[in-house]
Amino acid sequence: MSYKERKNKRGFDETRPMEAKVGVIKRADGSAYFKIGNTWAYAAVYGPRNLHPKFLQDPSTGILRCHYNMMPFSGSGERVRPGGSRRSKEISMVTEKALLPVLSLEEFPNTVVDVFIEFPQTEAGSRCAGITAAAMALADAGLAMKDMIAAVSVGRVDDKLVVDLDYSEEAYEGGPVADIPVAVMPSSGKITLLQMDGLVKKEMLKDLLAKAKAACAKIYEVQKRALKEKYTRVDEE
Amino acid sequence: MNSELRNHIIRLLESGTRLDGRKLTDYRQPIKIEYGVSNTAEGSAKVQIGDTEVIAGVKVEISTPFPDTPEEGGLMVNTELLPLSSPDFESGPPGIEAIELARVVDRAIRESKAVDFKGLCIEKGEKAWFIMIDVISLNSSGNLLDAASLAAIAAVKDMRFPALNDEGKIEYKEKTDKKLGMKAWPLSVTVSKIGSSFIVDPDLDEEKVIDARLTVGSLDDGTLCSMQKGGNSPLAEQDILQMIDIAVEKAKELRKML
Repeated sequence: MSYKERKNKRGFDETRPMEAKVGVIKRADGSAYFKIGNTWAYAAVYGPRNLHPKFLQDPSTGILRCHYNMMPFSGSGERVRPGGSRRSKEISMVTEKALLPVLSLEEFPNTVVDVFIEFPQTEAGSRCAGITAAAMALADAGLAMKDMIAAVSVGRVDDKLVVDLDYSEEAYEGGPVADIPVAVMPSSGKITLLQMDGLVKKEMLKDLLAKAKAACAKIYEVQKRALKEKYTRVDEE
Repeated sequence: MNSELRNHIIRLLESGTRLDGRKLTDYRQPIKIEYGVSNTAEGSAKVQIGDTEVIAGVKVEISTPFPDTPEEGGLMVNTELLPLSSPDFESGPPGIEAIELARVVDRAIRESKAVDFKGLCIEKGEKAWFIMIDVISLNSSGNLLDAASLAAIAAVKDMRFPALNDEGKIEYKEKTDKKLGMKAWPLSVTVSKIGSSFIVDPDLDEEKVIDARLTVGSLDDGTLCSMQKGGNSPLAEQDILQMIDIAVEKAKELRKML
């Protein structure tokens, strides 16, 4: 047995179709959405702004807070009950760690930058889509960034190494599966998010990280295009 | 600061115009309804009124009917005022604003009797469909009430029941073409009173200075199905009658866009 063909004749190194737009939430200081296949992430940035309660403030730097949340109707099965779950709290935390290395919040002591990530619909790869959207929203907010952040999941489905797993691949039962969400700083190539579920050999992981970097380079192009479009777009009246 | 803003707004209203140049009973433009925006929902719609944007999604579940209505299914409206949509909203359990919003939208749909609750029953006392409508704010720039009402109804219109498998469980990925048969299209319109003027669709500045508001749910033929007075000032009977006329008229205009 081997994994032969992906849905919609997608190549093994190919992501699902992507779409990005910046400045989609008017009241936010920065915002963006990022779609990859059927996964759709909105991100909004507020701040740097006052942080209350005061004991949370850090006089040496501003802090970053990320909030990952699925809209109640965004899961493929039953309604997702509103309010945080263990899963959403952990993803919020790793999202924070994925974005922090490119920010310089020490310029804004005692403040907070809040990043809210919301999904109208999901089908695998939501934390990576959320991080990709959040990075665009941070850039849109005009915060100084040392690099961009792009994220994608890579993995293995049986004998094949794949990029951007969809739901059917995460749930593949014909052989071993590994799902590895990765966030990359596209210019330096450094990795800011790395998680893994499943079984791989070390050599395989090396190849997969190379594939993740290559895919993130393409995602980075989509991000840059969306950011530039905001300033060339002529709003139709 | 608000008293300066208030005086300015009142002066404008008395001369028949508003901060953004609208007439008193004009909605902001554009008003857009986009159906089927979430393919994980059984029905969904994104509604835009001016800069205000909300998204509504319907999920269905099969559950045991309530003991007092063993032959009926159920419907629930929930709203989430996301901190993503405004610097004024905070994370955490729904505040009173979100709760009122959900209950007012819920009441208009429920009390219109447009939904056949008995038709949602699958097996008396055992199994029935429950319809959960979640209305989520994407950008909060005033008049969330009317936007939420329009989005909830549009999502219901877009909704198709999912298929059932042999064990009677829901196959969420498989939609049928069965709709939720609606006997009418209840819509809520909020009329606000500032000074002695009545306006619809207040923006954020206007919302800060309103004296009172009346949300009126009405049906296609002008029958009223729900009401909610808000704001700190009282209303005279004459005010109420006039506000109802405006609300029913405006609901007819909005209904044409569904």
